[in-house]
Amino acid sequence: MFRNITIGQYYPAETVIHKLDPRIKIIITFTFIISLFFINSFYPYIFVLAFLLTAIKLSTVPISYILRGLKPIMIIIIITFLINLFMTKGEVVYSLGPLDITKEGLIHAGFMAVRLVFLIIGTSLLTLTTSPISLTDGIEKLLNPFKKIGIPAHELAMMMTIALRFIPTLLEETDKIMKAQMARGADFESGNIINRAKSLVPLLVPLFVSAFRRADELAMAMEARCYRGGENRTRMKQLKLQTRDFIVMVITGLLLGIIIYFRISEH
Amino acid sequence: MTIKIKNLTHVYSPNTPFEIKALDNINISIDNGEFIGLIGHTGSGKSTLIQHLNGLLKPTNGKIEIDDDDILSKSVSLKKIRQKIGLVFQYPEHQLFEETVYKDISFGPRNLGLAEDEVDLRIKEAMEVVGLEYDIIKDRSPFDLSGGQRRRVAIAGVLAMKPKVLILDEPTAGLDPKGRDEILGQIEQLYKRYNMTIILVSHSMEDIAKLVNRLIVMYRGKVAMDDTPREVFKRVDELENMGLALPQITYFMRAFKEKVKDIREDVITVHEAKKEILEYLRRN
Repeated sequence: MFRNITIGQYYPAETVIHKLDPRIKIIITFTFIISLFFINSFYPYIFVLAFLLTAIKLSTVPISYILRGLKPIMIIIIITFLINLFMTKGEVVYSLGPLDITKEGLIHAGFMAVRLVFLIIGTSLLTLTTSPISLTDGIEKLLNPFKKIGIPAHELAMMMTIALRFIPTLLEETDKIMKAQMARGADFESGNIINRAKSLVPLLVPLFVSAFRRADELAMAMEARCYRGGENRTRMKQLKLQTRDFIVMVITGLLLGIIIYFRISEH
Repeated sequence: MTIKIKNLTHVYSPNTPFEIKALDNINISIDNGEFIGLIGHTGSGKSTLIQHLNGLLKPTNGKIEIDDDDILSKSVSLKKIRQKIGLVFQYPEHQLFEETVYKDISFGPRNLGLAEDEVDLRIKEAMEVVGLEYDIIKDRSPFDLSGGQRRRVAIAGVLAMKPKVLILDEPTAGLDPKGRDEILGQIEQLYKRYNMTIILVSHSMEDIAKLVNRLIVMYRGKVAMDDTPREVFKRVDELENMGLALPQITYFMRAFKEKVKDIREDVITVHEAKKEILEYLRRN
């Protein structure tokens, strides 16, 4: 029952996008998010769309797969759309009882919805094309300069790696325990809120017990292999920037440039 | 009570790159009072199959009928099905959650809405069947017990629902030889004394050969063989190609036959082998 969660799940493939340096991909994603917030008209969206579609095409991730990832967030998008639709003042085009739909509201709502959709597709493309391991590698490297001001980059990255690594394991475990209790007649789906909360006890207790057991075992295994944290630790796969990384950076820079140009020229 | 599995197919994560066909057109009929062994390599679909039998998984295609009722039709209550068909998962001790053994075993019967004295009675009986002493164990925390005891508490938790069919997924995994023999002995008792239909999923050919009277071999989501253990264990090459093996004693008897011609090789338990060898010695 948890197998259908696609948002952010790594989609393994051998493409240019997959092979990009994770540091670059993280920076690009941030640049992309920032540039989205610079946009204040529909026109520059064309460039964003072109940028996204090219990236998706190159990554070979099926579009249907990406769109499915949007599903859980649809409710947020719809709420944002409705709030913007009814709360913006301006020229009234249609009245729904006490609520007015304005021309400005319509434009603004559509605009915000597109921004959210692009935001989510852009960021999920990062996790779809980057394995959790290389993602945390990238984060660790990017945080390295901040070590001087006391940010434990390696430890943070290690915690993230472990957390990401155990998400599927815990989901599987949850699924298994749920089924085991259902086989004993447990009912997780009906009843009022209090009963439903109560029915979670037979699920949560074993889940916590097993999470602690796993944590204990993992810590033991790491110590048995003399794990000692970040100092002087070398890695098998060194991150090195390639030509393709520079090209992609330039392209993203161009996108940001175009968007800023539009922003300035409109004033 | 008969279970009929008709054209059962199950696909995990359909229409994604992670799509896996776990079961492929399975047809099996299980009668009252059978003791069935289910074997197959990891990933052959055993666990997926047994989870269909009490409606925990829904088939992609095909259906399961219990006493001629389709278990997924609206008129059939899944709760009743799950009461009739008890399923003990692999490492069932991981599902324990209550403060005391008594409370944990009572979880199933209480979900059935039984009266307190009936619940009490069932707990006593279930604990007796799995060889746990009621007065000593009932108030202890399941987390303080030994691995073997915990597993028996978990099995008792399913038995307390008085199922007609009991499915056990690797009930002896990770136990020491003594614990293993005890649990297998108790399963045999359930079959003989309480006349339960039992489906035993196992990797151990020895256990299977000793206990079951029908053996189903799964391979890549299909039923590869379905026969008595003796007949199945004759098909050595096929089994080995599927990553399975014969009981050790059968290998021994096959090697023995190469030395002395006048002996049977389709022997599947140590007990049988002893008899066969003694007879051989008497003849010569």
